[in-house]
Amino acid sequence: MDAVAIHRLHFAFTVTFHYIFPQLTMGLALLLVILKTLAWRTGNEHYNQAARFWARIFGINFALGVVTGIPMEFQFGTNWAQFSRAAGGVIGQTLAMEGIFSFFLESSFLGLFLFGEKRLGPKGHWFAALMVFLGSWLSGYLIVATNAWMQHPVGYTLGPNREIQLSSLRALLFNTWALWQYVHNMNGAVITACFVMAGIGAFYLLSGWHEAYGRTFLRVGVIPGVLATILQVLPLGDAQGRLVALYQPATLAAMEGLFETRQGAPMAILGQPDQEKRRLDNPLVIPRMLSFLTYRRWKAEVKGLDSFPPEDWPDRIPLLYYSYHVMVGLGTIFMAVMLVAAYLLWRGKLYRSRGMLWALMLCLPLPYIANTAGWISAEVGRQPWIIYGLMRTPAGVSPQVSAGNAWFTMIGFMGLYTVLGILFLFLVYREIERGPEPGAQS
Amino acid sequence: METIWYCLVAMMIATYVLLDGFDLGVGIVHLTVARSDDERRQVLNSIGPVWDGNEVWLLAAGGTLYFAYPALYASAFSGFYLPLMIVLWLLILRGISIEFRGHVQSPVWTPLWDALFCLSSFLLAVFYGAALGNVVRGVPLDASGYFFEPLWTDFRLGRETGILDWYTILIGLAAFFALTEHGALWLVVKNTGAVQQRARQIARQVWWGVVALTAVVTWSTFRVQPQAPANLAAHYWGYIFPALALAALFSLKWFLARPMTERDDRRAFLSSCGYLLGMLASVAFGLYPYVLPSSTSPSYSLTVHNAKAGEYGLRIGLVWWTIGMALATAYFVGVYRYFGGKVSTKADHQGY
Repeated sequence: MDAVAIHRLHFAFTVTFHYIFPQLTMGLALLLVILKTLAWRTGNEHYNQAARFWARIFGINFALGVVTGIPMEFQFGTNWAQFSRAAGGVIGQTLAMEGIFSFFLESSFLGLFLFGEKRLGPKGHWFAALMVFLGSWLSGYLIVATNAWMQHPVGYTLGPNREIQLSSLRALLFNTWALWQYVHNMNGAVITACFVMAGIGAFYLLSGWHEAYGRTFLRVGVIPGVLATILQVLPLGDAQGRLVALYQPATLAAMEGLFETRQGAPMAILGQPDQEKRRLDNPLVIPRMLSFLTYRRWKAEVKGLDSFPPEDWPDRIPLLYYSYHVMVGLGTIFMAVMLVAAYLLWRGKLYRSRGMLWALMLCLPLPYIANTAGWISAEVGRQPWIIYGLMRTPAGVSPQVSAGNAWFTMIGFMGLYTVLGILFLFLVYREIERGPEPGAQS
Repeated sequence: METIWYCLVAMMIATYVLLDGFDLGVGIVHLTVARSDDERRQVLNSIGPVWDGNEVWLLAAGGTLYFAYPALYASAFSGFYLPLMIVLWLLILRGISIEFRGHVQSPVWTPLWDALFCLSSFLLAVFYGAALGNVVRGVPLDASGYFFEPLWTDFRLGRETGILDWYTILIGLAAFFALTEHGALWLVVKNTGAVQQRARQIARQVWWGVVALTAVVTWSTFRVQPQAPANLAAHYWGYIFPALALAALFSLKWFLARPMTERDDRRAFLSSCGYLLGMLASVAFGLYPYVLPSSTSPSYSLTVHNAKAGEYGLRIGLVWWTIGMALATAYFVGVYRYFGGKVSTKADHQGY
């Protein structure tokens, strides 16, 4: 493997592992505000107790999110030095803003939220939860804005040595791509949190443990969950897809496995892209659907990969095609599961429908896969560019860091993260087993 | 404009050292000052609500450095590739040691995390010192503006330097002593009873080490980096920074030796802050306008002028940076006041 490939794998591995944690904490921050609001409005201690349980889960995830997040900022400089030198004046802005505006807010109020409930009182503690929510969602925005600039660069000029200089902070912060990617991404995080909360609620009811809390978790997971899963398809996923069609047409063609330009292009549900023969094997398609979804006209022409020179094609077409299809497929399943669960909840049958409880429990890991697949689609879809249309990926690496040194740290991260993953599962399972009841905590 | 950002980034790094410095120091003395499980929880509770926020200063300073001097960020981070990755691993181990320790009550679980917390804090202090030493000594930057340093070569200063040589190890040791002192004094302020007694004892003994290393480090730095004496000769007002460090070092001794009141303990800790601030400001003053001197040829050195970002970015950055920092300062003052006073010695499940 050459140095560029190992640097890419290094970033991909560390960021994929990192994003297991923030996708839960960002979504859970919202659900915690809901639980604290219920506690405050009803005066029912039950909701506070539920919030304390989820705060403990939140704490474990947050700690892992912080410690695996620091390497992300560092790697821009360590592994992608030429990219940093060229673009640091632009994306350094949003990264520094994240530290200064959101991490300070988040860490200060998280300390109060986790350690100060007795002294803060109900309103103060509710406010601390709200601030943790705002801090983490602001942080999400600034990271997405950073990524959005790499997907669709705006607000810059080229200096005398072709260095990229910021020319409009407003354009950088209010990049159209950033706004749509943000809502799509954050809604994805909410879906993860809803499935985790509902899944653990279902687990409690099926096991006969902590059943009163299990019912609360199901309610607080399913009601926002049904809204979030519907919104994720329409309008959010649809809007994101049309942005890709508009600004990254070659990426759209590769995601859909469309090798030939066509009028009335079909949408592939299943099939295996064969890059050598330039066709989709065993296709199961909906005729003309891609044209309609992209341009709202059944007969519109959609550009296939043959419209672009091969050196501008994303360089891992099968990976891009499959990750995109996994994301879309799972997103559809989530909507179906949540709709049925919400219907049963409304009819008052959910808590006794063992089949549905099993389904909800088994769905728990799937949103993590869908969110990860979504990010793989975005990042592999951006290839062969590190900054779309402006800088190619191999031009961005650190010139002096050899493949051997990158392998060394890659192996180090793999070992360390394996240990972290095992510890994480162990600690979270202990918390779930111990449950939310007041006497249960040591 | 680039000089303003030089001062602001230096200030942020100094704030990071003052704040995370004390919780690193707490980690270093953790096993020595606290013997029983209750005492160790007491020690962790003295940094529990704030250590994470302290570490955010590292990210915030890093981000600010990134957008103000992208060429420096690119060159330094890729050149210091190996030590930075090791620092990351240590930060990860240290973070989970603090957070995971309290989750399981077992004679196998807690001592493991206590030992890891202590070890990672110690190594971080030494590595941070060594990193500072590398910047002061200069690195083998070539015409492309990049370099790569192995962890060590022959431990001598010369063309083929590694991260560790006698000079950077010396700075690492100085950082270790200074942060041990700093952490012990924080524990004196936050604790009562046996923990406080032992921390005070350590602070008194380590002070002599701090004095000795300050003298050696100052002497050797003047030989290693000629820009430092040159800047002092050109601007006499620069002597104010080493003078501050020296004065703070002796006032620290004074407050430690006096009959103890709580107010004196706080003053001793503030003196330690003054010492660290004075030393770091001296370095920043001595290095200017260099941000990363080249040991190959002075013309390859990165300076505030050739490493800076575009003018518009620096100007607009100043606007939001000021607002953001005012907010951050307000949160910090609030949190430190809220969690002010002594740590409770009672077992309390709202803690570690």
